[in-house]
Amino acid sequence: MTLLTTVFAAIICTIIWYKNAPKNEMKIGILCWMYWGASIMWFVDALFEYAELKAEYFTPAPADMLNDFYLGLSVVALGLIIWLAILLIKDPKGVVKAALFQKKK
Amino acid sequence: MACFLVPTAEAIVATIVTKSIKTKEKKPEALKIDTGNGNFEIEEKIPFSHKLKWLTNMLWGGAVLLAFEHVWHGEVTPWFPFLTAASNPSDTATMLHEMSTVGVSMAILVTAVWGVMLIVSSAIEKRALKAPGAQPAAN
Repeated sequence: MTLLTTVFAAIICTIIWYKNAPKNEMKIGILCWMYWGASIMWFVDALFEYAELKAEYFTPAPADMLNDFYLGLSVVALGLIIWLAILLIKDPKGVVKAALFQKKK
Repeated sequence: MACFLVPTAEAIVATIVTKSIKTKEKKPEALKIDTGNGNFEIEEKIPFSHKLKWLTNMLWGGAVLLAFEHVWHGEVTPWFPFLTAASNPSDTATMLHEMSTVGVSMAILVTAVWGVMLIVSSAIEKRALKAPGAQPAAN
């Protein structure tokens, strides 16, 4: 469930990135790399788990599924927080700078 | 248990290599593209350090999110020895085995995906060079 949640987040971010390309004002690319990187890593984790559990891997207990989904959502939220922090620090549109400095009359 | 440490180590090395390549890199190859009506556009090929950054971004992003998962499962703690598996020898052995199998596989797959991206981007660049109206721009 964590893998699936992250993959969907990666796909959605990639679509948004492609739709806005070549403009990169919102730095959506950061989110894409982050979610794809995590998706690949969890995919490997899933492969090893599948090798151990075989078909049982596809029939998790509802409580485990819910916990994994909860973890997946938390991971997506953490990714968004990291992206937001980078966006505000890099401030490509100059919004933060404009809010902090006033033009002298 | 601590599989994310392997991609993290690779991310550190890749970041250092990226920074070192970036300082040594020459001006990227430029292309003059005929956009019709006698107008031209100059486009530059992206440097290798930029492509290397794709790898570091994937590795850092994945490693950070995976580290969070380990905190979630109580495998990483904010106090010494930071990894719960490091507190007794039998768990440490399991952790090292997991790092050498799952962790290494993670690092290899991310690098392999990046390798495929390099091949695809190189093919796209070659196609752009061969396109009618494209010629190397004088620097």
